[in-house]
Amino acid sequence: MSSNLVAAGDHPVYDYKVVRQFAIMTIVWGIVGMGVGVLIAAQLVWPQLNDIFQPYTHFGRLRPLHTNAVIFAFGGCALFGTSYYVVQRTCQTKLWGGWLVPFTFWGWQLVIVLAAITLPLGLTSAKEYAELEWPIDILIAIVWVSYAAVFFGTIVKRKTSHIYVANWFYGGFILTVAVLHIVNSAAIPVSWFKSYSAYAGAADAMVQWWYGHNAVGFFLTAGFLGMMYYFVPKQADRPVYSYQLSIVHFWALISIYIWAGAHHLHYSALPDWAQSLGMVMSLILLAPSWGGMINGIMTLSGAWHKLRTDPTLRFLVVSLSFYGMSTFEGPMMSIKTVNALSHNTDWTIGHVHSGALGWVAMISIGAVYHLLPILFGRKEMYSVKWINVHFWLATIGTVLYIASMWVNGIMQGLMWRAFNDDGTLTYSFVEAVQASYPGYFVRFLGGAFFLTGMVLMAYNAYCTAKAPKQQDAQADAEPQTV
Amino acid sequence: MSTFWSLWIIGLTLTNLVLVLWVLLANRKVAVRDDESPENRTTGHVYDGIEEYDNPLPRWWFKMFIATFVFAGGYLAIYPGLGSFEGLAGWTQEKQLAQQQQKADALYSEQFGKYNAMPIEELARDPEAMKMGLRLFANNCAVCHGADGGGNHGFPNLTDNDWLYGGNPATIKQTITLGRKGVMPPWASILGEDGVHETAEYVLSLSGREHDAELAAAGATHFKQNCVACHGADGEGVQAMGAPNLTDDIWLYGGEPADIRQTLRLGRNGVMPAQQELLKESRIHLLAAYVYSLSLPYDEQE
Repeated sequence: MSSNLVAAGDHPVYDYKVVRQFAIMTIVWGIVGMGVGVLIAAQLVWPQLNDIFQPYTHFGRLRPLHTNAVIFAFGGCALFGTSYYVVQRTCQTKLWGGWLVPFTFWGWQLVIVLAAITLPLGLTSAKEYAELEWPIDILIAIVWVSYAAVFFGTIVKRKTSHIYVANWFYGGFILTVAVLHIVNSAAIPVSWFKSYSAYAGAADAMVQWWYGHNAVGFFLTAGFLGMMYYFVPKQADRPVYSYQLSIVHFWALISIYIWAGAHHLHYSALPDWAQSLGMVMSLILLAPSWGGMINGIMTLSGAWHKLRTDPTLRFLVVSLSFYGMSTFEGPMMSIKTVNALSHNTDWTIGHVHSGALGWVAMISIGAVYHLLPILFGRKEMYSVKWINVHFWLATIGTVLYIASMWVNGIMQGLMWRAFNDDGTLTYSFVEAVQASYPGYFVRFLGGAFFLTGMVLMAYNAYCTAKAPKQQDAQADAEPQTV
Repeated sequence: MSTFWSLWIIGLTLTNLVLVLWVLLANRKVAVRDDESPENRTTGHVYDGIEEYDNPLPRWWFKMFIATFVFAGGYLAIYPGLGSFEGLAGWTQEKQLAQQQQKADALYSEQFGKYNAMPIEELARDPEAMKMGLRLFANNCAVCHGADGGGNHGFPNLTDNDWLYGGNPATIKQTITLGRKGVMPPWASILGEDGVHETAEYVLSLSGREHDAELAAAGATHFKQNCVACHGADGEGVQAMGAPNLTDDIWLYGGEPADIRQTLRLGRNGVMPAQQELLKESRIHLLAAYVYSLSLPYDEQE
């Protein structure tokens, strides 16, 4: 194997401690966040579950807890952990930043714990995916800037001449999320626990969805594409399909995504020009998004047979299929005519989860399965068979979830707009709710499948950590230089 | 939008699109074609063991990308999007709404129009019309008055023959058209807590309910001084003011002694929203007939 390590024989010792911490917390927060998700899915089927411990267990308070926990706690830990791992190994240098490195870990965990306390208490800024109140927002900003310092500091110190694609995506994600968070969270505090947005009216809505959609575009897409660009070729042991494609789709993706948020505000008080522009940019986004999928899936050419024996690789590849599907669905839903049907229905929730479960969670799970043996110095996971079981639980869960939400969403959209010949509405609202019950149950079932897989993963991880250390595996995990 | 902001938006949009197009076209061809130099298939970089092929962009993907650009160009020419440029079609969402409403109005005024001239009493006995009335009621009234019109706490039952403002067709239509505001003022500061208790006992006595005669006698004095102006000397209510009849044992805000005391203490505010702008004349006409039909004797109802 050739290497462009500058000094031959240089053998950097990587900082795996923080990666290990984040990898473990990815699993823990995954179970917590998805557990809350399954609970609120159950509440929609059996509303009396709202009353477990009112008002703290009310759907309205648990829903933001679910979204924050899965996006920022589960997804966030996965991104922190893998980016720290990838940036070290592809730059062939130890993490830069000294105490800043553990600070980002403990700071981020503190943010999550504070979210888990304040959201059920009903303390919220009422901005979707940015519900946390201003003192926590400031803490997030400080942790995030430290994260940027560690990441880019490590890039600067790199011993390779070029910067690997994965790091472009991680870097783009870190920089943009900093800007998005700080601009969207600008608020005027009135007390320790209450603030009001710095913007008003349609401008506030636009800033909210500029943030909201780029939370998807950068946090949940660019960041995880970074993950994909390392773990897919690494696990498949194949070269990345096309360097040209990665250049084009990287620049197109990050520059076009920023415009797309306005498609959340079709037929609203937002001026027409902003709506149209949001829609047009969302459609152009199709090709750049698919660029990532193609580059990942085509990397497997010549290695397809590995899918038969390697369930970790299966997680990574299936996640790319769901990514491709979601990023086709997204531009389609941004078309005004389609949006007029899909808006405010369960279709939107299905779309989000085909991305969140199918893409974000599956690629993270695949990456963590790749990491755990290395981080704990083992040859492989305690049980590869269980990874396979987890894979099927996750796949079936995701399919049940999105299929039921498609059915529900399209049904709701059609029922709401059904008119009698005399111009009266055919269905009252509650009839559409009633008709959604079977779908809500299937969704709950899908979520339960997915959660069960995560619990199995946790047990597998525990057994792997407890298994006797293998010296060979430890040596294997070290970077090889020839 | 000022000219500056318009140009700013157009400038940013086009610059971004042109740059993306340039990156796309500039990377269309690979530096070294594989058939010319089969050994040189990768970029030569290795990152932690990962290499990169220099395969060209997939052709279908390239075409798809270009197609979205072509669509974007066309869309931004036809529809508003580039700053204050209105687009060749002159489309706005307000115009679209107005057009659709006009179309609907034309269609539905035909549907409802035929009932406009029919008197409400007659309409209430027309099964076809009442089917439409039921749907209007389900979508617009049922949230407060219940799917069967049976009412809820604070929202009157429309199926009995007890009317706050009167149950003849013209009054019902007026109630729906212009709405109603029913105000019972709070009496706590005037009557005091004892007075509230006494008056409540008297009110209970009006409908022949179980009550404390001694307190009710004291309450009668309060009633005479404060309540008769609206509820009438005998407590039978005055429909012109929407003051309820207190002698029939039908209660809008609950008939338990505690409920009545609460009503006396803090007053009540009932609001029936005006439907004039929302439903328009011909639908209100039909709806009034439907509400009227609800309290018709059972043998007359469908």
